[in-house]
Amino acid sequence: MLDYIFRRIIGAFLVMLAVATLVFFMLRLVPGDPIAAMLADAGSEEARDAMIRRLGFDKPVPIQFLKWFGGMLQGDLGNSIYGSNQPVTRILAESLPRTLSLAFISFIIALLIAVPAGIISAAKKNTTADNAFSFFAFLGLSMPDFWLAILLIIVFAANLQWLPAIGYSPISEGLWPWFSHLILPSIAVGTGFSAIIARMIRSSMLEVLKADYMRFAASKGLSDSTLLLRHALPNALIPVITVIGIAFALLISGAVVVENVFAIKGLGRVLIQGILNRDYPVVQGAVLVVSAIFVFTNLLVDILYGLIDPRIRYS
Amino acid sequence: MLNKEPTENLKGISRFRFIFSRDKKAPIAISVILIFLLSALFAPWLAPYDPNEMTLDMMSAPSKLHLLGTDDLGRDLLSRIIWGTQISLFVGVSTVFISLVLGVILGVVAGYYGGWADMIIMRYIDLQWAFPNFIIAVYLVAVFGTGLLNVIVAISLAFLDDFARVARSMVLTLKEQQFVEAARTNGSSNFRIMFKHILPNAAAPLIVQATVCVSYAILGEASLSFLGLGVSANTPTWGLILADGRSFISQAWWLGVYPGLAIMLIVLSINFLGDSLRDTLDVKENLL
Repeated sequence: MLDYIFRRIIGAFLVMLAVATLVFFMLRLVPGDPIAAMLADAGSEEARDAMIRRLGFDKPVPIQFLKWFGGMLQGDLGNSIYGSNQPVTRILAESLPRTLSLAFISFIIALLIAVPAGIISAAKKNTTADNAFSFFAFLGLSMPDFWLAILLIIVFAANLQWLPAIGYSPISEGLWPWFSHLILPSIAVGTGFSAIIARMIRSSMLEVLKADYMRFAASKGLSDSTLLLRHALPNALIPVITVIGIAFALLISGAVVVENVFAIKGLGRVLIQGILNRDYPVVQGAVLVVSAIFVFTNLLVDILYGLIDPRIRYS
Repeated sequence: MLNKEPTENLKGISRFRFIFSRDKKAPIAISVILIFLLSALFAPWLAPYDPNEMTLDMMSAPSKLHLLGTDDLGRDLLSRIIWGTQISLFVGVSTVFISLVLGVILGVVAGYYGGWADMIIMRYIDLQWAFPNFIIAVYLVAVFGTGLLNVIVAISLAFLDDFARVARSMVLTLKEQQFVEAARTNGSSNFRIMFKHILPNAAAPLIVQATVCVSYAILGEASLSFLGLGVSANTPTWGLILADGRSFISQAWWLGVYPGLAIMLIVLSINFLGDSLRDTLDVKENLL
């Protein structure tokens, strides 16, 4: 098992190195003159020279790459070229807890909806309840998250005034303010995710319910709930775990968009603002961290999967 | 087998007809898609007003004059949504076409030849796997800039790995089969075997994947437009209309409701269609 975990960690590390390399060289692909783009035509010759020196663009590309890469390994991603020129690492460190909070609450809300919905759909296959859940799952998958965010604001913030419409409150300022600011964005982000998980649980449960050991357990006279929850569910969840890793991409992408609706200054907002301000060091840093979260989640899923299902370790 | 599905005996069009007649959502989905398609094609004749014409009739609620109301600049919301259909559907279909063609070529070559070609292509695909699709699209737009062509390129590249993966896994199973052996013994060229013999047999999962991807591409374009990274600030697209109306939703709810409803309706219909196709073509869901 340790060997398996070790191999996975090395694999994820190599992927991250490749990701960092790609993120660096992509910026060198900016068509035309990236410096002019960053200065947005407002810069004089001196400003231009200063910018070139600051970004190290006067050096050959391999040297730039080594410098950037070395800095990155030490946690230095350069400075923002916009506003107060803060270090990119600090901007990312401030925004990361917000995105993680949002992703975490979305994940919990999604599971709270998806697990019961998936179980009920499978247990009562082809009934009205199953069809209704299936329809809502399709609806959840088809609704743009930013639109759901707007609808939630119209109903719960603007009209009913139950929850705040925008902003974020750190957890250090109290649990309720933190949570209340995250409820609406988390529903917006988590709905699509929960639809995928619910569909997956349903089809996985249906597979398991056909198994011989389930018939055996039923013949022992176990109650329906014991059969479903104790015997079927744990086995049905195994394939679902892999999907969680893949569907996590949806959660992250959702967070990127929805943060912009709720003006939560998380990674997504930092990324989009960075793009709109042509603040390339910030954009690079944000993309790097977003894909690091994604790669790390999938690493975790792989390890978890190996722990639960020993067959995986040897393939 | 007593519990054999009745569809297993049916082939081709009759199988389609049987399942589509049983599956009530498919005809509804196709009708909705057709309505959107027609309004995209005939937008200049269907839209009651010029989508960019500003009037003094600002933020007026839905009425007989303006069926879906007007926005903060007095532009007719219905006309803007009808015109927005063009961009949405065009981006949705063209991106999937591009990534289908490129992805299938990569996947078929990787799966058929194996060895170095497979290794290089798979490393690239694994690397792309490390980024969520939408983040790839956002980063590409960040690098190459906004605009219709760049948005299409960005979204197509983001989906490339999905098609390559499906095509490769299909080729890996198919290339060991006897009909491929037979073609090879017959002296068919590799190119002919790959694209004339193997690919048609791999079509079903690719068709389902393509259908699902159209809906993701439409959502992706809408999200990019919503974030200000879309086609252009002057072309009405559904994402942009929502972004423009966002500040006024407390006074004018219609600006926040109808454009999103349009996106949801088309995406929902395409997803339903994809689901029916999956049943009809008998594609296992876990392959995708």
